[in-house]
Parts: sequence; C-alpha cells; structure tokens
Amino acid sequence: MNPGFTWNIITDVQWMWSLPSMVNAFRAGLAVALLAGVIGWFMVLRRQSFAGHSIAVTGFPGAAAAVYLGLSATLGYFGFCIGSALVIALLSRGSGTGVGERAHSSALIAVVQAFALALGAVFLDLYGGFLSSTSAFLFGNFLGITSEDVLTLTLVAVVVLLVMLLIGRRLLFASIDPAVAAARGVSVRTLNVVFLVLLGATVAEVSKFTGSLLVFALLVMPAATAQVLTARTGLSLLLTVVIGVLVTWFGLAWAYFGNQATGFTITSLAFACYVLAYAAKSARRHSFRPEVA
Amino acid sequence: MFHDSYMVTALVAGTGIALACGLVGYFIVLRAQVFTGDALSHVAFTGALAALAFGIDLRVGLFVGCVLIAVLFGALGRRGRADDVVIGNVFAWILGLGVFFMTLYTTNQSGSANSSGNQTVNVLFGSILGISSGQALTALLIGVGVSLVVLSIARPLLFATLDEAVAAARGVPVRLLGYAFLVLIGVTAGEASQAVGSMLLLGLLAAPAGTALLVTDRPFVGLAVSAVLAVFDVWFGLTLSYFVPNTPTSFWIMTVATAAYAAAVAYSRISQRRSPRAAAATDAA
Repeated sequence: MNPGFTWNIITDVQWMWSLPSMVNAFRAGLAVALLAGVIGWFMVLRRQSFAGHSIAVTGFPGAAAAVYLGLSATLGYFGFCIGSALVIALLSRGSGTGVGERAHSSALIAVVQAFALALGAVFLDLYGGFLSSTSAFLFGNFLGITSEDVLTLTLVAVVVLLVMLLIGRRLLFASIDPAVAAARGVSVRTLNVVFLVLLGATVAEVSKFTGSLLVFALLVMPAATAQVLTARTGLSLLLTVVIGVLVTWFGLAWAYFGNQATGFTITSLAFACYVLAYAAKSARRHSFRPEVA
Repeated sequence: MFHDSYMVTALVAGTGIALACGLVGYFIVLRAQVFTGDALSHVAFTGALAALAFGIDLRVGLFVGCVLIAVLFGALGRRGRADDVVIGNVFAWILGLGVFFMTLYTTNQSGSANSSGNQTVNVLFGSILGISSGQALTALLIGVGVSLVVLSIARPLLFATLDEAVAAARGVPVRLLGYAFLVLIGVTAGEASQAVGSMLLLGLLAAPAGTALLVTDRPFVGLAVSAVLAVFDVWFGLTLSYFVPNTPTSFWIMTVATAAYAAAVAYSRISQRRSPRAAAATDAA
C-alpha cells in the first residue's frame, strides 16, 4: 500500500493520489488552510491566540460527549466550540483587550478551557480509557476523510468566509484601533462576539481533521509567518493562505511517505517557515542599519 | 475517608501543589501571562512523552522541558515576557513534537498498546490517587519551596508587575525577576502535571487567582485568597471524588474551582450594579 519514497516525484504523487482517501485529504487540506488561514490571520492580529486555543480545546470534550451519547462528533464539536466562544465573548468585560481587562479575560478563558478539559476527562472515563477515537479527537485523523466530509467542510468554509467578507473591513478597523473605530460608530463589542463565534465554527470544523490540539497550529503559524514578512493587509492574507496550503500538502506527503503523524509533520513545516521568516526579517534589519549592533 | 492511605497521600501532595499553584497563579494572572502557563502545561505533555519514549524518568522530562521552555519564552520576549504570537508558534510546534514522541512511544511498545495508552491518559489528566507516599512528600516539599520563594520575592515582583518602568527606575531588577518567575512557573508546571495532569494544571493556576482578582483589589489579600482557595478546591474536590466513586478526581477539583469562579463573577456583577460609580470607573478603564 505504501510504496515508499523515490526521487521520481511524479510517480510518487501518482502513487499517493491513487488512494481516494489521500486525494480527499489534499482537498480537505486546501479548504482547511483557506478557512483557518483567514480566521487565524485576524486572530493573530487581534492578539486572541489564547482565546482561539482555548475554544479549540473545548471541542475535545464536545466530541467525546457527543460520541458517548450516540450523537455525531460534528455536533459535539460545533456545540462546544461555539458555546465556549459565546461564553468567552459575552462574559469578558469591555472588548477584553484593554490593559486591566486582559488579566480578567485571560483568567476567564483559562477557566473555560480547564473546565472543558475536566469534562473531557469524565467522558474519557465513561468511555473506558484511551480509545483510538479519543486519540483522533485530540490529535486528528487526516487520512480517513470521505468525500462527504470534504463537502461539508467546503460548505462551512464558504459560509464563514462570506460572513468575513461582509464584516472584514470593519473588523480590521476595530482590530487595529478599537478606540477610534468605536468613536466612528463601529460596534466593537458586537464585532468581537461575531468574530469569536466564527472562530468557534472554524475550529469546530477544522478539528475534525486536525484534532483539538493541532487546529491551533494551522490558525496561528501561517498567519504569524505572513505578518512577520509583510505589513500590507491583502498581501499578508494571501501569503497566509499560500503558506497554509503548502505546509499542509507537504506535511501530508511527508506523513504518508515517512509514516509519521500528520500533526507532527504539518506543525514542523509551519514552524520552520515561521523561524525562517523571523530570521530573514532580523537579517534584513541588520543589513539596513549596520551601525546598530 | 482518612483511613484510606491513598487519600492521605493525595491530600498531602494536593496541598503542596495547590499552595504553589495558587501563589504562582495569582502573579500569572496579574502579569497577564496565563497563556504562558497554558503553553507550559502542554510542554509538560511533550516532555513527559519524550521521557517515556526514551525510557528515562518521567520527572526528568517534565522538569527539564518546562523550565527550559519557560526560560526560552523569557529570552524571546522583551524584559522577560514573551509576545503571545511567539508563544503560540513555539508551543504549537512543541505539541506537534509531543505527537511525534507519542507515536514513537506507542510503536516501540507495540505489544502493550493498552498500557501505553493508559500512560498517555495519565500524562494528560493526572492520577493524584495513584501516587506513592514518597512522591507525595516530594510534591509537598517542592510546593512549599516554590511558595516560600514566591513570598520572598512577592513585593518587588508585584512592583515590577504593576509598574514596570517605575520599578526599573527604582533599581528593581525587572528582567531578572521576570526570569526567576518563569522558572518558578516551570517548576510548578512540572510538579503539578504529575498529580493533576498537564491538561488541568492550567485550571489550578488560573481559576483561584481569577476568583481572587474578582473578589478583592488589594494585592496581598488577593494573594492569600488565591492560595487558600486553591487548597480548598483540591481538598473539596478530593472529598467529592471519594464519595462519588468512579469519577476522575481532576474533574471534581475543576468543578469546585469553576463553581467558585462563577460565584465570584456573579458577585462582581451584582456589586458593580449596586455602586454605579465603580461600574462607570471599570467601563472607562
């Protein structure tokens, strides 16, 4: 089944894509990178990585609970992720980004995450141990994707991206300068709620493939790399998506030929991109101002 | 309940860990470094699995991993505090590494997939009821040690936290304190994840501290409230898990902690509504 890697790239790809599940994984990778890239770009810009990570983690008990109760895991992911997004958005004071508000909102986010995980521990227990599906909830299963999965993923991606298209400009304004945006009549708080719900829907959908723990990598890494490389909005968004797609595809191929977990290969490639971008930026900065050592 | 020796050891270990978590956690929340604590609890997972995969003592992996990464976070940020995007990137990759070690560990132990699965669960969710009395004593000693260090640097650390620039101008070694504090977080994370699991460590760090911050504005009162609450959460959680059989201890500890936090949120909402001036002040902030 797995013929091993040869240096003839074309036959390698032909081998890989002769499996329908691999083709589906590549298709899903494209949609995941697009969706997670755009949402993650705003998440990084708004410095809401912690919220994003916590919302992602709450998907795990959701899925575990749903499967235990005989419902579909998808329902659990969406219920818990969007639910925790709402709790975080509605209970944090103000916009949750002010100096004094940061301490309170981060404590709130941490409590939500920890409690959700504690619930996860209960369902694990009821379940009777560490089954393979538990591992899939946490660390994902990129290789068992059906065509139906790809279809629902694409649907969710289209809906989320359409909403982002509608609120994108205002959200950007509110993210960069909340005070001025509020003075101009932009409802910063409502936008925050809407954005966190979109984030919840995104991680819920993406978690099905990457698992609750690794969805965060696809949210934060390509976006952070792109924002290191350029300050221009459009270019930066485009770079995020391109990096996300390439990293996912190469990660899938590496996982396939090297018999590694996709979680490891994808995060390693994405992290390498980030480190390279960071190094390139500081090298350029030094060459511009050689007198500053 | 005290006739069962495992409950006594759990209480001893839990007290030490809770004390350290309550005190360290208060400063974590105050310094808005909760994300660092979160990241370290996942680093603990990777460190433990790496140790398991290479067949060395689990604790070595936990402590080395947590303290090293904590210092790395300090080095990557200014004045010993890292940016959350940097933290996010580093720890997302470390989590990926954890998956790598997990595959390594499970494939090496191909004969006993179930036992390695159970080990992974222990790393993630802890097993405070399964630790030996020697381990409990170590936990208590480390907990008390960390608490004493926190208390001894509490004053300058508080100053550096609330007004970094002024503290630096007054000759407080802000950078050094930042690093020292990160090492303390690392040690606490390494010790606590053995008992409550790398996943629930975050709750013990943040929930009592968040509650204390909502209840009082006075820092030293808050510090005390946070420590006492953390110990109370653990004791009450352990008691509940004793009387409700077949449920994970971590769940009850977190349930008590979350309930206390929810009550504090409700309390602060109500008291804000009662005194409109205070409410206006917080809205303006």
